[in-house]
Amino acid sequence: MNQNLYPEYKYIRRVYAFIIFMMCLTGFGQMPIFKRYYIADIPGLGWLAEYYLTHYIHYIGAILLFVMFAYCAAGYFFVGRHAFRLTRSAYVRIILLAAITITGIFRVLKNLPDIVFSPNFTMFIDISHLVFMMMFLMAGAVFVFMKTGWLMPEY
Amino acid sequence: MQKLSRRSFLKTGLAAAGSISLSGLALPASVRGADAKELATLIDIRKCVGCEACVDACKETNAQKFPNPKKPFPKMYPSRVKVSDWSEKKDVKDRLTPYTWVFIQSAEVTVNGEKKTLTFPRRCMHCQNPPCADLCPWGSARKLENGITLIHSEICLGGQKCKTVCPWSIPEQQTGVGLYLDILPSLAGNGVMYKCDRCYNRLEKGELPACIENCPENVQTIGPREEIIRQAHAIAKEIGGYIYGETENGGTNTIYVSPVPFDTLNKAVEKGPGRPHFNKVKDSMAHADNLAKAMIIAPFAGLAAGAGRFYKAAKTIGASLQTKEDKQSNESEPLS
Repeated sequence: MNQNLYPEYKYIRRVYAFIIFMMCLTGFGQMPIFKRYYIADIPGLGWLAEYYLTHYIHYIGAILLFVMFAYCAAGYFFVGRHAFRLTRSAYVRIILLAAITITGIFRVLKNLPDIVFSPNFTMFIDISHLVFMMMFLMAGAVFVFMKTGWLMPEY
Repeated sequence: MQKLSRRSFLKTGLAAAGSISLSGLALPASVRGADAKELATLIDIRKCVGCEACVDACKETNAQKFPNPKKPFPKMYPSRVKVSDWSEKKDVKDRLTPYTWVFIQSAEVTVNGEKKTLTFPRRCMHCQNPPCADLCPWGSARKLENGITLIHSEICLGGQKCKTVCPWSIPEQQTGVGLYLDILPSLAGNGVMYKCDRCYNRLEKGELPACIENCPENVQTIGPREEIIRQAHAIAKEIGGYIYGETENGGTNTIYVSPVPFDTLNKAVEKGPGRPHFNKVKDSMAHADNLAKAMIIAPFAGLAAGAGRFYKAAKTIGASLQTKEDKQSNESEPLS
């Protein structure tokens, strides 16, 4: 995006990439794999086997992403849309991120006291959250290979 | 103090069972509807004589739910993944195992200056906000609306996460059984986790859990949680006793009443694998619940920050676009 209109864009990109990486790491950390496969034995990565810690980090990551999505949406609405439009890959990303976010919200709701979902719905949101994330990662890899970003000039 | 009769319990149970819905996977039914209430059990430690009738009744009633592992077990990788096999030790009754979902724990204590051995059944506490169900990555551990926390043995992959996050390390693992055998038995999963399911299938039919029905001393009572808490406080007040489970881990649906402090009991009981403690337990999910509240505020904060940051720039762009449009319309006006 135009650096004059939106100078923080390059920093946001880096922070966004870092948070998505941490969300993947802590999300996969909810499965008992890092200890089994010695990854948590690597010096400095022992925390990956701490379920509560990875859970908190995952939640904090979600909070930061919510702030960032809302900030960027406001930026696009007020400024970006006059000079840029969303690419097709951006729509794919938005749809997948929305699916991850919605299933994630239900997952968070389910974890609150006094909220009980049916067993099948619980299993559905657990697995679909993971599946949407895998799809997002695969789509992201394809878009990086194709070098397509989120925005393209309006003209 | 109003004691719950079998009749009133069955009434509650039947009302709950009436609104049961079975899932497509033949999953255990959850109790629903306006009448559905979280049920809790009260364990009056004074009454327990340690006869193990509850243990035997549980083993007999739940025998069809116990693991029936296929042997030899698949070789697992990496080698640090250990086999957990209780199938040759089904008769072990002095701790929790996949074949013993309730056991009798004992403590040598002094009550009113007299040395006594207190005994009491130990099993899953059935937390109100169970971390095992909250953090299970597959949804195989789940909480039902009637306050039961159970692990679905056909979905569980035996990763032991539920045991790790449980403040009392209740679930026990059996290798060689369950879904993991059909996926990647050598590389992922290691059996199924087992624990007390408070006889959910009997409750659905309006029956009492086996351990309660078969106790000759009526050590345990079951009923709506508020009622059980009232009952526990009444007993504690009457005997100058102590309560465990009301606030532990944010509240559980297993409430113990003891004539001696639980600190004393905790020091006296044998603790270790399969033998839970009586420690004070903070709410394991409290931090996550607070972070969840922050999640509600986050998008509004981002939107406000974005609007504040870009609103002025938007006005500038809007003004320049307007000027551009005016200029274009002036240029296109016909000459008079």
